[in-house]
Amino acid sequence: MDHKVVVENLVKIFGKNPSRGVELLQQGVAKDEILSSAKLTIGVADVSFHVDAGEIFVVMGLSGSGKSTLLRCLNRLHEPTAGKIVIDGEDITAMTRPALREFRRTKIGMVFQNFALYPNRTILDNVAFGLEIRGVEKDARQKIAQETIELVGLDGWENQYPSELSGGMQQRVGLARALALDPDILLMDEPFSALDPLIRKEMQEELLRLQEKMNKTIIFITHDLDEALSLGDRIAIMKDGWVVQLGTAEEILNNPEDEYVVKFTEDVDRSKILIAESVMHKPLAVALLEKDGVNVILRKIDKHGLSSILVVDGTHRVVGGLHPEDLVRAKKEGLSIKDIPVHEVSQTLLSTPLRSLLEMSSDTAFPLAVVDEDQKLVGVIARSHMLAALARRGVI
Amino acid sequence: MDGFRIPIGQHVDSLVDGLQEHVGFVFDWINDVVYATVMGIESVLLGIPFIVFVVITALIAWKLAGKGVALFAIIGFLLVNNIGLWQPAMQTLSLVLTAEIITLLVGLPLGIIIAKHKGLDNSVRPVLDLMQTMPAFVYLIPAVMFFSLGRVPGVMATIIFSMPPMIRLTSLGIKQVPNDLVEAGHAFGCTPYQLLVKVELPHALTTIMAGVNQSIMLALSMVVIAAMIGAGGLGSMVLRGVQRVNIGLGFESGLAVVILAIFLDRITQGLGKKKQEF
Repeated sequence: MDHKVVVENLVKIFGKNPSRGVELLQQGVAKDEILSSAKLTIGVADVSFHVDAGEIFVVMGLSGSGKSTLLRCLNRLHEPTAGKIVIDGEDITAMTRPALREFRRTKIGMVFQNFALYPNRTILDNVAFGLEIRGVEKDARQKIAQETIELVGLDGWENQYPSELSGGMQQRVGLARALALDPDILLMDEPFSALDPLIRKEMQEELLRLQEKMNKTIIFITHDLDEALSLGDRIAIMKDGWVVQLGTAEEILNNPEDEYVVKFTEDVDRSKILIAESVMHKPLAVALLEKDGVNVILRKIDKHGLSSILVVDGTHRVVGGLHPEDLVRAKKEGLSIKDIPVHEVSQTLLSTPLRSLLEMSSDTAFPLAVVDEDQKLVGVIARSHMLAALARRGVI
Repeated sequence: MDGFRIPIGQHVDSLVDGLQEHVGFVFDWINDVVYATVMGIESVLLGIPFIVFVVITALIAWKLAGKGVALFAIIGFLLVNNIGLWQPAMQTLSLVLTAEIITLLVGLPLGIIIAKHKGLDNSVRPVLDLMQTMPAFVYLIPAVMFFSLGRVPGVMATIIFSMPPMIRLTSLGIKQVPNDLVEAGHAFGCTPYQLLVKVELPHALTTIMAGVNQSIMLALSMVVIAAMIGAGGLGSMVLRGVQRVNIGLGFESGLAVVILAIFLDRITQGLGKKKQEF
């Protein structure tokens, strides 16, 4: 299958005589040096990637990394200095002005960081803006706008003005305005960065929900790794105009390619402060070494639907873990609990960071045992809990 | 150095002479259009019965600026009529309206063009400074030379005097449209015309209305001065009061000017605010 969007060796340089900058870039001169010697600012330096239809492609980087410039090159709000952008087999960089306008009116929608809603237009007229520019009749465009407003969950607000809406709602309008065009491609320029964290999370989920229905090709800019990880099918990390790493969320987390990316991924952990205590569950049932017989333990496993069970001694310290198969065999053969193998179980303290737990738990069939300072069992963490917790925080 | 003097005055004289000689027909045409406009408006204003005028203006004031201004208009215009200055007041109003219409027709597009071209902005700004700070009386001289005496030169001098704020504030309003709104316009495929009409002008309207307000106020002050070259209206009554040291007449006609000024100011301000209440 052909790619939806193909970007080849894209360069954007601001300043007079930018082609000089392209030469310098090709000679491998650094960004700072080009700025000081040639008075040229490198926005995007030789970037190539492709985006497939229906994919959410996230471009992440700090401010000044060139991510917004890159996005604006895709619909030529910024004229690329060099390189090619091919969308559906058509070279955007070669389009005439009228062709470009037609392309913007039909194929590509854009959502802005600060919403960029028109304050003197109602929500309905804001959403209908693109259609109005396209020349759609008033009745038709208002009907489509109304449907789109309902799609983003704002019905009832269509006759209000943007200033009467909260930030999150305003960005829903921004999203609706882009969606009303029914474009193939959505460009989203840090759309949720101006929102507070709770609303941001909600909007991310909303976007994913809409995406399931609509299956657009989305190119999403953010400076927030959490957001990138929870939304992006693939993520490109930009620095100083270059893409320093491109891959899926897992690839980037597990194998950060250079220091810059490492710093980003470290920041994630620091900001999360996920520790064992915050994700553990109370054990549904434990086997008491001194008291319980094989049948009792099997009943406990059966009752709570467990795949294994932890064994504790009289002081509630973890002795190990039992496999149900071993218990079943013991029952058949009439063995006592002392005769079956007790497997070693990884133990961890309440305050251990989750990141280090991830590696510990991956090579054992048992849940992690969380113990307090006296080695007493206080909770368990199944691997699935850990993944769910990370996913909730947007890490995976 | 003795005796040398740069002959600025002479050059201006010869420029005016040359213009009159070679493009005199243009001035004749302007003269005809302006005269017809002034007289047309004047005959309408004086043609409708006084009481109808008061009712209409009170309604306009009520709609745009509230009850207080409506009440003010009624009392004010009744007073002007009572002291026998209705006819000159309407002459003045028609001069102001004519000047304002032309100011709008020229100033609005000019302001837009200037906002879009930075180079032009730099070259036009000193001209606007000159137009605004040159003593108002100076405009009377070329106005008389091109259009002789009467209402038309009065209107022309008024236009020059009241044009700068219209151009400046239009340009300012357009330039102040937030960049992301303009960018959004482009992103949705606006043509330059669509961008202007659907994005920039609606957003700049409040500022543009401030320009209209300012230029009307300036026009009103200039129209009084223009009485010196026979523009007529309240200005000529003020002038007569000054010449005859008739304090009573001077004060009455001055008061009528003030009443007109307040009325026009509140209405145009109201128009700006009305548009702002999205």
